[in-house]
Formats: sequence, structure tokens, C-alpha cells
Amino acid sequence: MTPAAATRMRLRAMIRKESLQVLRDPSSIAIAIVLPLVLLLLFGYGVSLDAKHVRIALVVEHADANTASLTGAFQHSEYFLPVEFQNIQQAERSLEAHEVDGIVWLRNDFSSRLLLADDAAIGVFVNGVDANQARITQGYIEGLWQTWLTSYARDHGHELKMPVVLQPRIWFNPAVNSRNFLVPGLIAIIMTLTGAMLTSMVVAREWERGTMEVLMVTPIRLWEITVGKLVPYFVLGMGGMLLTLAMAQLLFKVPLQGSFLVLTATSALYMMVALGMGLLISSVARSQFVAGQVALVATFLPAFMLSGFIFHIGSMPEPVQIITHIVPARYFVAILQTVFMAGDIWPVLLSNSAALLLMMLLFLGIARRNARKRLD
Amino acid sequence: MKHSLQRIIALAAKELLAVLKDKRSRIVLIGPPILQLLIFGYAATFDLNNVPIAVYNEDRSAASREFIAHVINSPSFTLHGYIDSEHQITPLIDNRDVLMVMHIGPRFAANLLSGRSASVQLLIDGRNSNTALLAQGYVGNIVRDFNIDWAKRHNRPAPPATVTVRPWFNANLVSRWFIVPGLVGVLSMVITTIVTALSVAREREAGTFDQLLVTPLRPIEILIGKSFPGILIGVLEGSFILAMAIYWFDIPLRGSLGALYLGMFFFVLSGVGVGLMISSLALTQQQAMLGAFLFMVPAVILSGFATPIENMPYAVQLLTYADPLRYFLIILRGVFLEGYSYDLVSRYYWPMLIIAFVTLSFATWLFRHRMN
Repeated sequence: MTPAAATRMRLRAMIRKESLQVLRDPSSIAIAIVLPLVLLLLFGYGVSLDAKHVRIALVVEHADANTASLTGAFQHSEYFLPVEFQNIQQAERSLEAHEVDGIVWLRNDFSSRLLLADDAAIGVFVNGVDANQARITQGYIEGLWQTWLTSYARDHGHELKMPVVLQPRIWFNPAVNSRNFLVPGLIAIIMTLTGAMLTSMVVAREWERGTMEVLMVTPIRLWEITVGKLVPYFVLGMGGMLLTLAMAQLLFKVPLQGSFLVLTATSALYMMVALGMGLLISSVARSQFVAGQVALVATFLPAFMLSGFIFHIGSMPEPVQIITHIVPARYFVAILQTVFMAGDIWPVLLSNSAALLLMMLLFLGIARRNARKRLD
Repeated sequence: MKHSLQRIIALAAKELLAVLKDKRSRIVLIGPPILQLLIFGYAATFDLNNVPIAVYNEDRSAASREFIAHVINSPSFTLHGYIDSEHQITPLIDNRDVLMVMHIGPRFAANLLSGRSASVQLLIDGRNSNTALLAQGYVGNIVRDFNIDWAKRHNRPAPPATVTVRPWFNANLVSRWFIVPGLVGVLSMVITTIVTALSVAREREAGTFDQLLVTPLRPIEILIGKSFPGILIGVLEGSFILAMAIYWFDIPLRGSLGALYLGMFFFVLSGVGVGLMISSLALTQQQAMLGAFLFMVPAVILSGFATPIENMPYAVQLLTYADPLRYFLIILRGVFLEGYSYDLVSRYYWPMLIIAFVTLSFATWLFRHRMN
């Protein structure tokens, strides 16, 4: 048999053995398929940064036509779920008990204060514990108040002239829907799970069980073991990406502005990086317990917290921003958010892909150096 | 009774040794949590800082420059540069060099001085919708202040007063005050669940679990013995992160520490219960890890740690009632920021105790079942 044919035979055998192992182990399938599905459903339906139906307490001390008009505006808005109170103490107790998230206080001199310049006619309190939601609620209340006040002024003959008026236009995500950027980022998380976590535990398991030793005494070469191991997980990872894409488009109506080809190519690249990480971790940690923990801390959690997936990198402190440069998921999330929401913007795609390519070579290189066909 | 206690103590000691003896296992228990706390304590933020913006100023008047100065001087924004043609806008935003481009038209000052409204166009990158909304809001605040100031200086009728919103508990709306107390719960749950979930599975894979069968230990004693390392490590971990939150991150602790600790104990107990339940179902370590994961990821996401439960659809909100972290987070934030004491915290103890009771009972039943 020629050397090339022998290689092909060993590779085929290795790939077949690995694939069978995956298919026969329900937990591998679960990590590769069930967990991504769970994540997709959670993020598609569970996670939202967009507040709707914010419960607020409306305290109306002296009801008249104007207060009725304002409370009506709150009731008709889909952003608010107002609850009316007679006095401020009751409303404050409600805020303390977490029954409402904010208070809008219409004092008894409301109507006479409406167009005064020195003090606003309404008092507003929000629960500041969740700072982000507090800011959003604050923005909604201010927006509604401004709109109502402008139309009130117009009805009474004053034209409210603001010196400077803003015209905001939000690009790529005009509905300002947080799901549109969370769901694409999930592809990075899912691939990290399959590529890094699952792979590292699988290889570590072979070391722990001693079956790696058995492989070592066969004629199979080290690189053939590696390739044979990685191929099924590569396929699983890409499958995960396609599943996410399908659900994103069909179930969550998240648009894909860029091309499918670009998405697939960059996903394949990231998958290689994730596999490289998994391989590296497993070569360092010879037990599943340690491999799992290290994979969790070194790949999954950074992909979640430091990649720009949910928290904006630009707002983090400088030292942390520097650390994000060594998190591969950061580059992939940037690509994903752009390809899904903006389209094929080549400068972004190429620079991030180059970084990913570099990391792939780095990880695979180190893993190659660490791996020796020896038993220690 | 005395013999029972002796057996339990022996098992608990052995369990603790098993976790602590392995050098790598020790490192994994200490190093990562510190690292995670530091990095995520600083990284997890929804606040907006130093956002790069570009300015396209077609009106070179003093008024427009004054307005621009107001925006740039804010700590939320950093000036990336000025542009002088419309063509430059698209690449800057597309390539994420800036988050926002502010476009001031040529008649800005003319409109202002003649009493008409001068409009300023904001073009914002919406790829991160949360950041986009915040950026828009921040510029809105700056505009309001500018309007009042301008009207005063040019003897114009002042616009109606803007609403001053007073946030309770967190006057400066610092995101970190919300996230870091939450990390006490998240990180201690991760450690507790993983350590406990892997304990039985590891023994099963090594074959030493069967050896327990020939000892006089009864299933319930095994359960108590195996819970011990998880509870100890969980509470120690939680205390460490708590100390870091108070002394390193300077999060104010306004409520009762005792109430928090009691809550932490019940929380860790429920985490151990879930871990043992997973452990008794899993046949291999990989399955145990997977089970722990399948529990932890939804538990963290649905707990209200980063995104509010109120924003979730009603059906999903119902699911969160089974999540012990949900209750512990309320206790944590309540004690830290809202000054809670036992009377307000105690209503959240019961759900965690119930979850602990249910999971531990189920685990005991599984032990008994599997051992026969």
C-alpha cells in the first residue's frame, strides 16, 4: 500500500470512529444540538433589553382635564403600564415593594405649573438599582412628557420652540430591537461551546481513560489522530451555525443583510479557531474536570462577557478592552453583527478575519508543539 | 445515631479531600473565580463611556462650535474627528470607527438667532441597539441643557423646565452597582453546581461509587456527606466575592449582612441539591458537566442577572419561579442597595428552601434507586 493510501485509510478509520463515538454518546449530541437550541430559545424569547410595559405609578393629587389628558397618554402608550395612586406615600411604598419601577407625580398645582420654566410640573422617581433599565425608563418618561407638553402648548396657542432640535436616525436596526444583535452573536457562543468546550473534554477523556495510549501504539500518526478527531466536531459546529441561522430567520425574523457565503466562510474560520482552543486546553489539562473548568473560564465566559456579544466593548475600562483583543470571539461577534444587520462591509470583515486567521495558526501551532506521541 | 454521625463525618472528610488533593483541582477552585470576578466586574457594563463620534459641521458659526463643544466635553463622548463631506459618513459608521455622526446644517446659527428651531441630525450605528438608545438619550440631555442655557443668555423665553428624574438607591446610575452584587450569586452557583455535579460522576467513572455500596453508609448519609464540600466551598466562595464587592468595587452595603448570609446558605443548599440531582442522573463526567451546564445557563440568563425579568414574555417569567438564583439576586440587590433586613428578605428564603428540599429529596430517591 502506498503511503498516501495508507494515510487515507487511517484517516477514514479515525473519522469513522470519532463520528460513531459522537453519535453514540447522547451527551455530545446534547451539547452540540440541545444546548444551542436552548440558548436560541432563551435569547430569542427570554432576553430583551427593550423595556415594554414598564409599570409606573401615577400619583394624581388633583384631577382635572389636564391630568386626565396626561394619564391618558401614559395609558395609551405601549411602553407603560400605569397604575394610579392618590398620594405619594402609597406610590413610594409600591416602589419599595417592587410593584412599580417608577413614579410620576402630578402635584396639585400641576395645571398652573405647566409652562413654567423654573420647575417642571411633574416629579419623577425611578428605581435606580438596575441602572440600565432606569435610564431607559427615564428616557421614555421624558419623551412622553415632551411630546405631550408640545401638543398641549400648541392647543393653547403657544408654539413650543426649542432652540436646538434633534433628528436621530438609527442605522441598520431602525426598530431598535435588541434581539437583532443578540441572536447573531449567539452563533459565536454556540460555536465556542461545540468547538472549544466539547472538544477539550472529549480529548481529555481519552487521556483519562487511557484509550489515548492505545491509539499511540497503532501506526496512526499524531496529525491523523488530530484531524480525525476534529472533523466530526467541525461538522457539528457548522451544523449548529446553520440551525441558528434557520431559527433566527424563520422564528425570530432577524434579517441577514449580508451574503450567506460570507457567513459560512467566516463561521468555518472561527470554528477552526475554537477547535484549536479546545485542542490546546485538552493537551494541557489531562483530566475532564480540569479541561471542563478551564474551557468554561477561558473560552465560554469570555465569549459571553468580553466579545461585545451583549456588553459594549467600547464602554469597558481600558485594561479590560486590551484583554478583549485576545478573545477570539470578539472578532467573530463583530463580523456577525455586521453581516446580519449591515451587510458585507469588507473593511470590517477582512480585518477581523485576518485576526481570526492569526489566532487559528497560533492555537494550532501551540497544540502541535505540545502534542508528542509519548505517554507522559 | 452516633454511628450515623461518625459515618457522615468520615464521608464528608473524604469528599473534601478528594476535591482538594488534586493540585489542578485546587487551582481551578481558586484562580478562575478571582479572575472572573475582576474581569466581569469591570467588563459587564451597560453604561456608555468614551463613545467615538464624528462631527460634520456645515455651519462654521460660533453658535455651532459652542454646541459641538458641549457634546464633546461630555465624558460619554470622544471626538474622533471632523469630516467635511457627506461621503465620509458611511464608511466611518460602517467600519465602526465611530458610533455616531452629528450633522449640523448650514443654517444652524441663522435659525437659532432668528428664533426658529435649528435641527441637528444624529446618525447612529444601531448594531448594538442598547448603546444606540443610550447615545441618543445622552445627546438629548446635552441638547436640553444647551437649550436652557441659550435661552437664558439670549433673553428668549425659556423652554419649559425639563423633568429632573431622581433615581432611588443608585443616584449616579452606575451599572456596576447592579451587576457586581449579582456576581456574588452567579459565581458561587457556578462553583457549587460544578463541584457537586462532578463528585458522584467522577466516582462512578472510577468505579469507587460501587465501593460505597459495601459500606454501612445509608443513602441519606451519602447524600449529606456528599453535600458537605459543595456547601462549604459555595459559602466560602460567596464570602470571598462578597468581600471583594464591598472592599474592591466599593459597592455600598446598606442592609443586614446576617440576612444576606442566611440567604446565601439557603441558596448554596439549593445549588448543591441541583448538583446532586444531576450527579445521580449522570453516568459519566461529561454528562454531569453537560447537565450542570444545561441547568446553569438558563438559570443565569433567566434570573434577572443582566436583563430584567419584567422584559420577558409572561410564559418565560413563570419559568423563572423555579430558579433559585432569581430569589438570591433580589436578596443581594435588596441588601446591598435597598437596605433590606430580615423582615423584607425572609419572604425569599422559602422558595429557595423548597427548591433545595425538592432537589435533595429527588437526589436521595435516585441514590437509593440506582444503588439497588
